[in-house]
This record gives sequence, C-alpha cells and structure tokens, in this order.
Amino acid sequence: MSFQVIVFYSFAAWLIFAALMVVSSKHSVKAALFLVLSFASASAIWLLLEAEFLAISLIVVYVGAVMVLLLFVVMMLDVDYAALRQGFVKKLPIALLIAIAFFAVLYGFITSGVFSSENYAAPVAKAADYSNIKALGRVLYTEYFIAFEIAAVILLVAIIAAIALTFRGRRNRKTQNISKQLEANKQNRLKVVSMKPVIKAPVEPEVTPEDQA
Amino acid sequence: MIELSDYLLLSAILFAISVAGIIINRKNVITLLMCIELMLLSVNTNFIAFSHFLEDTVGQVFVFFILTVAAAEAAIGLAIIVVLFRNRATIDVEQLNQLKG
Repeated sequence: MSFQVIVFYSFAAWLIFAALMVVSSKHSVKAALFLVLSFASASAIWLLLEAEFLAISLIVVYVGAVMVLLLFVVMMLDVDYAALRQGFVKKLPIALLIAIAFFAVLYGFITSGVFSSENYAAPVAKAADYSNIKALGRVLYTEYFIAFEIAAVILLVAIIAAIALTFRGRRNRKTQNISKQLEANKQNRLKVVSMKPVIKAPVEPEVTPEDQA
Repeated sequence: MIELSDYLLLSAILFAISVAGIIINRKNVITLLMCIELMLLSVNTNFIAFSHFLEDTVGQVFVFFILTVAAAEAAIGLAIIVVLFRNRATIDVEQLNQLKG
C-alpha cells in the first residue's frame, strides 16, 4: 500500500464521517464545525489530485471566510433547535431510501467500466518545479478572462446585496419621509382658533424735546 | 494506485449524504445551506478528479468559478436568513407560507 492510498482512504473516511455528522448533528454550531472538518479533509484529497491552488483556496475561502460567516450567523440567531428537529426520525427512512437509491444508480454507472483505469490511466506525477498556480493563471487570464471579470462582478454584487439586505441605517437620521409628506394636509399644519379680539388702548406718542425743536 | 472511479465514488457518497441531509433537515434553513455546500464540494471533487486524470486545467478553472459563485451564494443566503429571523423570529421553512395566495 503506497503512501497515497493510505492518505486517500484516511481522508476519505474523515470526509464521509464529517459529512454524516453535518447532516445528523443536533446543533447547528456542531454541524458547522464538522463542515469545517469535511472541507479540510476534502482539501487534502484535492492536494492528492495535484490541485494545490484550489486546495489552499478551499481552506482560505471556505474555512476562513464562509464558515466563519456561517458560525457568526448561527450564534447570532436565537433558535430553538429542538423544535426544528421535529420529524427527524419520521423522515429518516425515506431519506435513507432516496440516498441509497441515488447512490446505487451512481455506483452502477461509475463501476460500469467507462471510468476504468484502462480508459483513464493515472497520469505521470508532475515534476517538482511544476507550478499549478502558473498553469491555472495562464488559462484564467487569457482564455477565461471575461469569465474571470464576471466572477469579480458577481462577488461585488454579492457584497452589495448582503449589505443592502441587512443594513438598517441610523436610528434617527433626518431624511424625507415622502409618504408622510404626501399624507400631510392643512389640518396638520394650520389650526384656526376662534378667540375674542384684544383691543389695546391707544398709546400716546411720547413727545421728546428734539421733536419740539 | 487510486483510480478515477475511487474519487468518483467518494463524491457520489458525499452527494448522496447531502441529498439525505436535505430531506431530513427540511425545517432548518442553516443546515440546508450546509448541505448545499457539501453538494458543491462533491461536484468540485468530481471536476478536479477529471481534470487530474485528463491532464486538463480547464476543470480546475471551472472549480474556481464554482467556488466564487458558492461564496457569493452563501453570503447572500446568510443575509436573507438574518433578515428573515429579524422579521419572523423563526428559520423554520414550514412556517414560511405567506406566499400561499
């Protein structure tokens, strides 16, 4: 048994265990932490497939950003997780049935011989100075340049959308409230009060010495 | 040696587990999001395995774009969950039936 085989099977076992725990754990925080474990073991398997850049970016992007965000959200929400698990046992048989049927179809297809080692021979290992990032970058910045730019725009849109959805604004900012303005009528602004006129006694103009002069 | 079908079987197992997870956890939106992430992970593993065995970098480029879109999706999905919880004080999918008409 070579080193690669041991690495593959041990990390595959970790991956499947972690995925099962994500699906079945009671609390969402636990599920999120097991999802981190499954991402880490998947990135080890990607390293075996000589996709070094993607393995690192899986750790950086998913474990570093997405999962931290997810954990923040899980811890922010005060959710009764026990209530959300009602019907878990009831749905379990049908879920198992569908999953096993799904897997059986895929298993039959994968082991039918189309993907056998004769058709897809294992490639020769790359040289030690081969750079996966260079190869990826060469394709990404020439052939797929427009797609790359569109991906950047998608990320920008995601930032703006996420902020616009959750932003609540200042508590007492002084902006127009247009519906309130339109609703306003004369009665809100002007109050006619009927009252008796107040008549003041006429004041005698004071005569100063300058006027006399 | 590890063959292509080993990798494909691994991602098939992963995909089946996450399909089962979506059926079981139909109430909890956060777990549903996590199951979708697991599905994307298995699909990405397939892409990388084919890219390795066909010695073609394009598969990895595809995974790169899937990672980008999945990150955007997770960010927007979590924002929607936060707003949803703020307005309804629940993340139970079965109570979100206002659009029934």
